[in-house]
Amino acid sequence: MKSNSKFIFLFVGWMLLWLVFVSSALAADLKVGPNSRYKTIAAAVAAAQPGDRVLVQQGLYQETDITIDKPISLVGINNPVVDGALKGQILTITSSRVVVKGITFKNVQVSHLKDHAAIKVVESRWVTLEDNTIENAYFGIYLQRSDSCTIRNNVIRGQGKTETSSGNAIHLWYCDYASIEGNKVSGHRDGIYLEFVKQSRATNNLSEHNLRYGLHFMFSDGNTYRHNTFRKNGAGVAVMYTKNIIMEHNRFEQNWGSAAYGLLLKEISRSTIAHNEFTRNTTGIYMEGSSKLSISDNEFNGNGWAVRLLSSCEEDTFRLNNFIGNTFDIATNGNSQHNHFSGNYWDKYAGYDLDKNKVGDVPYRPVSLYSMVVEKVPSSIMFMRSFIVDLMDAVEKVFPAFTPEKLLDEQPSMVRL
Amino acid sequence: MDKVIKYVLYDILRNRIVLGYTIFLLIMSLGMFQLENDPAKAVLSLLNVVLLVVPLISIIFATIHFYNSQEFIELLVAQPINRQKIFYSEYLGVAISLATAFLTGVGVPLLLFGGGAIRSGAAGIYLITAGLFLTFIFVALAFLASVLTSDKAKGIGLALLLWFYFSLLYDGLVMMVLFYFSDYPLDKFSLAMLSLNPIDLGRVLVLLQIDVSALMGYTGALYKNLFSNFTGVLYACLLMLAWAVLPLMLAKRIFIRKDL
Repeated sequence: MKSNSKFIFLFVGWMLLWLVFVSSALAADLKVGPNSRYKTIAAAVAAAQPGDRVLVQQGLYQETDITIDKPISLVGINNPVVDGALKGQILTITSSRVVVKGITFKNVQVSHLKDHAAIKVVESRWVTLEDNTIENAYFGIYLQRSDSCTIRNNVIRGQGKTETSSGNAIHLWYCDYASIEGNKVSGHRDGIYLEFVKQSRATNNLSEHNLRYGLHFMFSDGNTYRHNTFRKNGAGVAVMYTKNIIMEHNRFEQNWGSAAYGLLLKEISRSTIAHNEFTRNTTGIYMEGSSKLSISDNEFNGNGWAVRLLSSCEEDTFRLNNFIGNTFDIATNGNSQHNHFSGNYWDKYAGYDLDKNKVGDVPYRPVSLYSMVVEKVPSSIMFMRSFIVDLMDAVEKVFPAFTPEKLLDEQPSMVRL
Repeated sequence: MDKVIKYVLYDILRNRIVLGYTIFLLIMSLGMFQLENDPAKAVLSLLNVVLLVVPLISIIFATIHFYNSQEFIELLVAQPINRQKIFYSEYLGVAISLATAFLTGVGVPLLLFGGGAIRSGAAGIYLITAGLFLTFIFVALAFLASVLTSDKAKGIGLALLLWFYFSLLYDGLVMMVLFYFSDYPLDKFSLAMLSLNPIDLGRVLVLLQIDVSALMGYTGALYKNLFSNFTGVLYACLLMLAWAVLPLMLAKRIFIRKDL
């Protein structure tokens, strides 16, 4: 009994000693700079022990192919710049628990064979990339098979000219539980690209002026997108083959062009799209093969088409949305309809409310005959607001013959919601 | 020539119809700006009025006026004034009075209320330009209808038909053609068809300022590219000018050779 307790005492003592040793190792700071012990980041990283901090002083570093293979922190002091000089990739992280913070990376080579990135994370976990600036990169931040990573408050500005010679600003492939917050991305092919990314969050990001999509994801179930802004991207936002997503409080603005959508939904199911604002897009939401979506409390303002709902969509619910100043509220391509509209506010609604319960007494038909004509013959768009079109729509409103009979809002709101 | 125009203007002012037209436009425009909160939307509603009412009133009033001044014209012809001058004076007298009415009736409320948003401001300028052109064009068409036949009823009928054709039939016909040939690329064709109707030209000029979001899709981008830059606007304006000048020339030719 006595010897036993002695043994335990000894063991705890050793543990404490070990802890002290480790924590002293944790505290080690390796400085990199023109006047410091390490002149290059690569040398400091090579010398660092797990848990060390590599502090990069202000200055310009011409380095490529730095690899971090142990859990260290790479911290920039006063915003140092790492210039890849258009030769390959800059930083590759192959270890978990790495932190990269406050560094500017620029000039990453465009390659059609390799996905060169300013920061690439390969098969690691709990990596944090924070407050970095990335300029003129092929891919900005590239994560592959890395779970539980955080990408926060980075600024990524590309100078992409064509879709093929430009990569994605933030690119995640097979990464679960990622957190993408407060980043500003622009000038790349896709602003945020997620493929096979599950249970992740994207919040407070700004994605604008990208060549293709502001946000693009596929096969990425169970993700949440909140308070993001997607503005003036080549083709808006496209999301495909995914279920169980939540999109709330996002803004989709000024995505203009023949193939531009505020939000393109293809094969999306069981998801929530709420409290978003769609302002001045050619098409606010384009829906194809999407089912069981709840689309509520959104604001559609000044879009060409607020919603284009193809007949392959079913069991989608539109409730409590505002449709204001759109050229076409809803357009569709077929006669069969299996979607549900109720309680929306339509500024084109001309009905009355006798019992003053703020719900219109006659249903509203958001699909106009002319929108069906335009769907079939795009060039007839030029007759918009001509007398004959108004006449046609008026007649169709009175005796619906061509527009889908069941596509109507039985309880349109009289007041803006 | 100035003197003849002056007499024509006096004559028009005396019969109060133009005054009524001015007041009608004024009340309508003011009403629209009062009812709509968004000035862009008011401009849109005004557009419908301008595209329907302005051509109608212009063509009917000008035709009736021409027939009613038959005796005055005969009197002038007896004087040593050449017929070309008489004709142009008549035309300018009518067109200027109607254009002034339009400017006061729609232009003043637009200046007062439409200037709020820059976007609708630009749309407002195009709206006024389109309205003025339409006035001159439809007065020219009215004169053409009037010189083609001496029978007043026939003349007014022809004028109405012209209005009906340009504001309704034409668009319907073109849309039908577009619909039947929808398998073919018809962008250029529809653009050409647009040029053949002054009302459509005016409408597109204004729409490109308002429904930009929708027009950016599909073929709309084509028109947007064409009409949004200066050359495009110039092209449209020149076409509208041609729409006023050509019928007028034709009518003048007939008038000069006609046995009054």
